[in-house]
Amino acid sequence: MNARRADLWCLVLLFLLMIATTVASIRYGAMDFSGREMAAAVWGKLTRQPDMPLDQRIFIELRVPRAILCLLVGASLGVGGTLMQGLFRNPIVEPGLVGTSSGAAFGAAIFYVFPALLQFNLGGLTLPVVACAGGVLSTYLVFALAHTKREGRSSILRLLLTGLAINALFLSGIGFLSYVARDPSARSIIYWNLGTLSGADWNSVVIVGVATVGGLIPALAFAKSLNALMIGEDEAVALGVNVGRLKWTVLTINVLMVAVATAFTGVISFVGLIVPHILRIVRGPDNRFLILGSALLGGILLSVADLIARVCLRPAELPIGIVTAVVGVPVFLSLLRSREYLS
Amino acid sequence: MLTATELTFRAGHRALIDGVSASFEPGRLHLILGPNGAGKSTLIRLLARLLRSAEGAVLYDGHDAEHWHERELARRRAVLSQAVEVAFSMPVRELVLMGRYPHFGARPGADDLKICDEVMRFFDVSAMADRSYGTLSGGECQRVQFARVLAQIWRPIEGATRHLFLDEPLTFLDIRHQIDFMGKVRSFASQKDVCVVGVVHDLNLAVQFADRLLLLDHGRVLADGSPAEVLTEENLRTAFAVTPVMLTNPATSKSHLVFESSSELR
Repeated sequence: MNARRADLWCLVLLFLLMIATTVASIRYGAMDFSGREMAAAVWGKLTRQPDMPLDQRIFIELRVPRAILCLLVGASLGVGGTLMQGLFRNPIVEPGLVGTSSGAAFGAAIFYVFPALLQFNLGGLTLPVVACAGGVLSTYLVFALAHTKREGRSSILRLLLTGLAINALFLSGIGFLSYVARDPSARSIIYWNLGTLSGADWNSVVIVGVATVGGLIPALAFAKSLNALMIGEDEAVALGVNVGRLKWTVLTINVLMVAVATAFTGVISFVGLIVPHILRIVRGPDNRFLILGSALLGGILLSVADLIARVCLRPAELPIGIVTAVVGVPVFLSLLRSREYLS
Repeated sequence: MLTATELTFRAGHRALIDGVSASFEPGRLHLILGPNGAGKSTLIRLLARLLRSAEGAVLYDGHDAEHWHERELARRRAVLSQAVEVAFSMPVRELVLMGRYPHFGARPGADDLKICDEVMRFFDVSAMADRSYGTLSGGECQRVQFARVLAQIWRPIEGATRHLFLDEPLTFLDIRHQIDFMGKVRSFASQKDVCVVGVVHDLNLAVQFADRLLLLDHGRVLADGSPAEVLTEENLRTAFAVTPVMLTNPATSKSHLVFESSSELR
């Protein structure tokens, strides 16, 4: 079919674009690397040269993992957004809706303000673990509160509203913590709430990578069922979809991807909301395309945003959440105006 | 063949469906009638197994569908719900193709695409195949939805009856399309391996098209049988609190019902 081929071309295009932005993203930053320097650094790493120059080590140990982490986190947020919008049959939903990212942010705020409360220390992994635990806890709370014995039509709506309420609760908790915090921790909370990839290393790449790939594959397997859900819960059941199982699986995938990503980078808003929209405006709502497409476009968008965040005030950095909104909103608004998308 | 035995469905303490037993034969068009709140939609949803009842059984060709895989069931029964809301607009052809979801894995086969073309022609929506669903009128949407639903059970299945459930399918259609639609349902239902059960409000359309009627009131069966057996003055007065008057069209000698509201309130 023609539409299929167009989808495929679109994915190829996105893939090439992703390569291009990644190359730009590792080349430019607080310090620029030429093609030759980059090649030398990679060669040095591959041949395990013992005494690499400092700038080459910076490139291999900081710049490259940061670029890859951008792709992974962007993919997680993009796919999470597609899954949540599909599941809730609602275009204004974003992946943090079921409480995941506000819970993770709350966990991080506790880490910054009352580190003594935490009875364990995992070194560099402490913050990610606490944040991830917060994300999982708040999501669990949303489900436990939204769950009733009678499975009815309203269960998705109840989940949505419970998510809004729990989000508000955790956000006020974060507000309280930043209010009572002293200056350096208060700044850390603010910084973390706007998202940053400055903590990227190979360790985080591996962990986020496992979560991203581990979420993406089952998400693709459920794409057709999510399509059926577009025309309604009853209709999906009539078409042979086990809607109960679909809901739980998709939500679990989303929590896994978003909680882990948020744990390493802080709260990056807007990517999960607009990426599925941009793709839907361009190519329509088929989730089989959207899931792959939003993995690629999410990565692209976050890479571009991170590049801008690193370059525009260099050698200082902007929180990435500011850039994602500044870059994403105009693109999003102009697409909304140009097509009959919402008719 | 579809059989319901002692079906009961409760919401809280109230029984929406209260001990309903009925059977629906292939090759016939069955319509369920009843006043608002009688439980018609609940019964359709129970029969189609969109709702599961704790009490009673629904048998498809004598088999309890309880243990069937959802997809297995979806290959032999299709459901048109009252108002289908499509969350994200898509081309009409893609929507109709969804009807084939239970039949194919990752990609539709040539046969699935052919069936889509056939049902779209049957419902006169081929011309809109490439239009976006969101741009259609209410009546056009309904016809596209029906094409999707029929695509699901368009071809016979060996050794099994195909079941079609319609929950107030006429809501958004003008009178011409109502009659046209019922005629198409009628002709689809006349196949000997097809069992159709629907809910309609218009008693005249019911008289004109149905083979069998089931009159529900307060979640119970008030009458079950041919239109003449069911639409008696007494039954209509009990269920709807109206008095029917049967008029005969002198040109066609067909019967038509008109109503006076009953003076006695129930």
